[in-house]
Amino acid sequence: MTAIETNIAEEKARIAGAEKRLPQRRLRFLLGFVLPVVFALAWEAAVRFGLVQGRLMPPPSRIFATLYQLALSGELLLHISVTTARVAAGFALGVVTATLIGALAGASKLARDLVDPALQGLRAVPSIAWVPLFILWFGIYEQSKIILIAVGCFFPVYLGMLGAILSVDRKTVEVGRIFRLSTPALVRRILLPAILPAYVVSLRAGLGLGWMFVVAAEFMGASEGLGYLLVDGQQLGKPEQILAAIFVFAVLGKITDGLLVVASAPLLTWQDAFAPRG
Amino acid sequence: MLSIESVDKTYPNGTEALARANLGVKEGEIVAVVGGSGCGKSTLLRLAAGLDRTSRGRIRLDGETIEAPHPEVGLVFQEPRLLPWLTVAQNIGFGLSDRPREERARLVREVLERVGLADYAERWPRELSGGQAQRVAIARALAPRPKVLLLDEPFSSLDAFTRASLQEHLLDLWEAFRPTLVLVTHDVEEAAFLADRVLVMRPRPGRFIAEFELGITRPRDRYGSAVESAKRKILRALDLSLRGQREGEELAPAAAI
Repeated sequence: MTAIETNIAEEKARIAGAEKRLPQRRLRFLLGFVLPVVFALAWEAAVRFGLVQGRLMPPPSRIFATLYQLALSGELLLHISVTTARVAAGFALGVVTATLIGALAGASKLARDLVDPALQGLRAVPSIAWVPLFILWFGIYEQSKIILIAVGCFFPVYLGMLGAILSVDRKTVEVGRIFRLSTPALVRRILLPAILPAYVVSLRAGLGLGWMFVVAAEFMGASEGLGYLLVDGQQLGKPEQILAAIFVFAVLGKITDGLLVVASAPLLTWQDAFAPRG
Repeated sequence: MLSIESVDKTYPNGTEALARANLGVKEGEIVAVVGGSGCGKSTLLRLAAGLDRTSRGRIRLDGETIEAPHPEVGLVFQEPRLLPWLTVAQNIGFGLSDRPREERARLVREVLERVGLADYAERWPRELSGGQAQRVAIARALAPRPKVLLLDEPFSSLDAFTRASLQEHLLDLWEAFRPTLVLVTHDVEEAAFLADRVLVMRPRPGRFIAEFELGITRPRDRYGSAVESAKRKILRALDLSLRGQREGEELAPAAAI
């Protein structure tokens, strides 16, 4: 075979292989369920066979029964929507301010020298430390909760934005200069696409912290929300309610993160990423 | 048409990258500038492209002083510098955003066919080989049909086979669009094979020390005696320049301490 024929044969083999792998790949996501399901079954079995005391370690069946009860009474939907709304508002507030300040600090050395040291100092403060102050300032209702969540989301997004801008390759910017792009065109056609991948990663980190901080926020006095379910479960001695709320957090966190990934995917198809197979 | 008139370039750190550089390039001419690294040849190109400002003197295109990137001057960098988030066709059309859509599509198609990558229009840069990526980069610079195309060691990172084929590609493009070419290279064979005229540079401060009008007709035989003898002449001038450099250093006692 000549080199070209060999190439064609290899290419055909590759395409055939890819077609065969396709249904497999569609089922691939099921792999992610293997560990949780095995763990749940083992837990259930351990309680059933009396190996573990079920009172403080309720088996999955009791947790799902609790979830079902909460869902039937409409409470579950209420708690989920209240918590999700708080995360959404705090995340939006945090992301908008972080993006603006990060962009400003990235664009101007003066702004960076002015703002960055102070923000890095604030970042070192454990954000939960703000809780007492925020309650004094903003009361125990929605305002203080949303601001606490916003503070949590702010830092990863600010750092991601600033880092992404500072790491844009001068060589790429020169391509824009050679074709005489105006500053707005340079931002739109070179800077934005160049920083987008790192920015999306920082949004995901920020959203993760948002879910973390909503619990802290709801611990500081709430009558609704998944964090309230946690506190209520502790005070009334209902571990199955605590675990049910934790389970809902896991699901919501994964879903919202997935939404971010799906929403940004069409903008990032060009990426030459390291993706190990097999 | 392109004239470099007693240009000095001193960087803020005191490095004299260019001193009293003079060069006139005729329309449609292919000029090669050769020299070792740090001789100021890339600085010369960046000034002509309008990316940097001269310290003294001026660079003019058809009488117009170049102080910023000019629509009639294209630049090909040492690396392809394709934008990874744009397809091959979008990359080539990058400098044509002010043109109407149909014209843009036509210009992109024409130049893509010229560089033999018509089938790659919708590919991403990451899917290209090094040689293909550099062909796309040349196509991007040529798509707006500039009068002058500057090339900064465009083939230096490619293997010998790919480099030879890209040199042929460049000549083919030059035949088709007849831009004035100023090519900076450290590859003497490349200069002898491609150029009408070759200038040799010497560093500290960067300046021209020799000039050869090759006068070899095209198509040229890369291994023919005409190209070989041009190559020898250029090498000899470079060698002299290196020897001069060494003597110069020996004469400066401060450098030894």
